[in-house]
Amino acid sequence: MTNSYASRGLRESATFDRATINDIQRAATTGIYDIRGWGAKRALPHFDDLLFLGASVSRYPLEGYREKCGTDVTLGGRHALKPITLDIPITIAGMSFGALSANAKEALGRGATEAGTSTTTGDGGMTPEERGQSRHLVYQYLPSRYGMNPDDLRKADAIEIVLGQGAKPGGGGMLLGQKITERVAGMRTLPVGIDQRSACRHPDWTGPDDLAIKIAELREITDWHTPIYVKVGASRPYYDTALAVKSGADVVVLDGMQGGTAATQQVFIENVGIPILAAIGPAVAALQELGVHRTVQLIVSGGIRNGADVAKAIALGADAVSIGTAALIALGDNDPRYQAEYEALGSSAGFYDDFQDGKDPAGISTQDPELAARLDPIAGGKRIANYLRVLTLEAQTIARACGKSHLHHLEPEDLVALTVEAAAMAGVPLAGTSWIPGR
Amino acid sequence: MTITHAPAPTNTARITAIDLAVSTVRDLNQALHATDDGTSWVVDTPAGQHNIAVGIDRDLDLVVNGHVGYYFAGMHQKGRVTVHGSAGVGLAENIMSGTVHVTGDASQAAAATGQGGLVVVDGNTGARCGISMKGVDIVVGGDIGHASAFMAQAGRLVVCGDAGEGLGDSIYEARIYVKGTVASLGADCIEKPLRPEHLAELAELLALAGRTDDPAEFRRYGSARTLYHFAAVNAAAY
Ligand SMILES: Cc1cc2nc3c(=O)[nH]c(=O)nc-3n(C[C@H](O)[C@H](O)[C@H](O)COP(=O)(O)O)c2cc1C
Repeated sequence: MTNSYASRGLRESATFDRATINDIQRAATTGIYDIRGWGAKRALPHFDDLLFLGASVSRYPLEGYREKCGTDVTLGGRHALKPITLDIPITIAGMSFGALSANAKEALGRGATEAGTSTTTGDGGMTPEERGQSRHLVYQYLPSRYGMNPDDLRKADAIEIVLGQGAKPGGGGMLLGQKITERVAGMRTLPVGIDQRSACRHPDWTGPDDLAIKIAELREITDWHTPIYVKVGASRPYYDTALAVKSGADVVVLDGMQGGTAATQQVFIENVGIPILAAIGPAVAALQELGVHRTVQLIVSGGIRNGADVAKAIALGADAVSIGTAALIALGDNDPRYQAEYEALGSSAGFYDDFQDGKDPAGISTQDPELAARLDPIAGGKRIANYLRVLTLEAQTIARACGKSHLHHLEPEDLVALTVEAAAMAGVPLAGTSWIPGR
Repeated sequence: MTITHAPAPTNTARITAIDLAVSTVRDLNQALHATDDGTSWVVDTPAGQHNIAVGIDRDLDLVVNGHVGYYFAGMHQKGRVTVHGSAGVGLAENIMSGTVHVTGDASQAAAATGQGGLVVVDGNTGARCGISMKGVDIVVGGDIGHASAFMAQAGRLVVCGDAGEGLGDSIYEARIYVKGTVASLGADCIEKPLRPEHLAELAELLALAGRTDDPAEFRRYGSARTLYHFAAVNAAAY
């Protein structure tokens, strides 16, 4: 298409491209900023900019299909009496009931359970569907405290204190009126149909010294059984990780700027925070300097799509990864079979990001009972389990090629970078050189 | 609206005394989590320690003699708890039901995000009293600090003294009653008429808190509901 323009002598501006022109026109028409779901859409330095060095003469590989390559991970052993052990180092990220339908939440729980991993609640509380279908359920503790209660806290297998999200570090949540049905409103103690804002700061503490007391409180309420995670959006990962450790976290969850969201201002999504590639190194450095790398686990997220991304994140020092957007796609989000309906909404399969609108043809980011009924939680659960298995098999394939009998044996030495930027950000040498910019 | 708060303590058959100069907070909390309904507890020498008596879900009576630190009676679910002293940040945060009574002052974020129950502070509170409250009833004998009832969703906040700056900013459906002066109202919080049903609920709340103030001397504040839907013209309020 672009070529046919070019052959007619038409030149698109790199600065004012068509999407930018449309943004300006939309702003001028509506007078309000654009709110959407998904994560950053601009091109960013990412795991694609890294490659693995397979084994050859200096290292020997492991036999695919025969020699074991372990994938399990234990989270929370630092202070919790009941750490959780997952079969695979890929977890389902926190996505709220409200943003997602109850069927979608149930499907995520079913899939995670079948694959031997955890799923996570979100800003909106714990649903019985989700608890019932999730063997390992992480309960988010957010600034809004919607539906927060000690019974659910005690039912959780881990507690995740959310300080921020990669899509909007420093921002609160929002759920627009279309999605505030009676059930969602009831769980959040809000009037039906209003545009709901969640706070960006916790109501009863500020700063790391208070966070330490807050973590101690949650431990006291749960009799020290339950692992406590601290989730931060990637912005100052070295300091945030160090302060989370100092405050007593068992696990640090680090979400890069590609991370998905249900509803955030586009200007926020695209301009605040740093890519996950640039965030893992400083976080791992903080853990290592404090002598707690692998004792305090690091879970990273933001644009994880395939087993190579999983393996690269782990090689850079993460203990596990978390997926949001990819899990929704696995469930059926942006499926071409809904093309006509996406078109009717002014979008197209592969582009749909209006999670805030509640009109999702795939029945995932909606509270409309008819749309939600399109997603069968059992079939959806199977798709999630399939996808998680593929991610695991792919990561194992790479790890064996690097001669590793466990995914956690992958290390930065197994990686090189394709670009100078990625080399500097990830702290691995530019391919074919021993040069790490800045070192 | 009927009030369902638990009645005053009656059972004094079994009293367990704990001295926090000797026992740890962790020991105390675990004992409170494991005890039976109907038990009574007295705690001495709290010495401002944090997280005392958090997560109680037994119908018990507990008295603390002295000052307590952060998150005293956090996520309280059942029973009646009294502090003869003052409380630190986040008193009874996210309380579900039951009663928490502090005879002295409370610091910031008292009864923050409380979902139910009753929190009584005889003295003053710091900033953010009742922030994000979701159904709790709060009665403060003295003054409250700035940004109180910020984003308050449900429940009732009764202030017998004065309120600081920005009262009820971005309030949803909670109701606020103030007897003294209000330094300023936050965005979307307005004064509303005090109708007979409000006088009645106020009288009930004051009585529950053991107060003799005259309901007719209070003013009522609540949401103008102009921020319930996003509108660019409200940008300054967001
Ligand atoms: C629909 C949707 C809803 C989300 N809701 C929450 C939430 O309630 N709490 C939270 O901490 N993160 C939330 N997130 C962010 C995810 O937990 C996670 O950080 C992110 O999706 C990971 O990046 P990825 O989408 O690229 O995999 C949400 C993401 C999506 C896509």
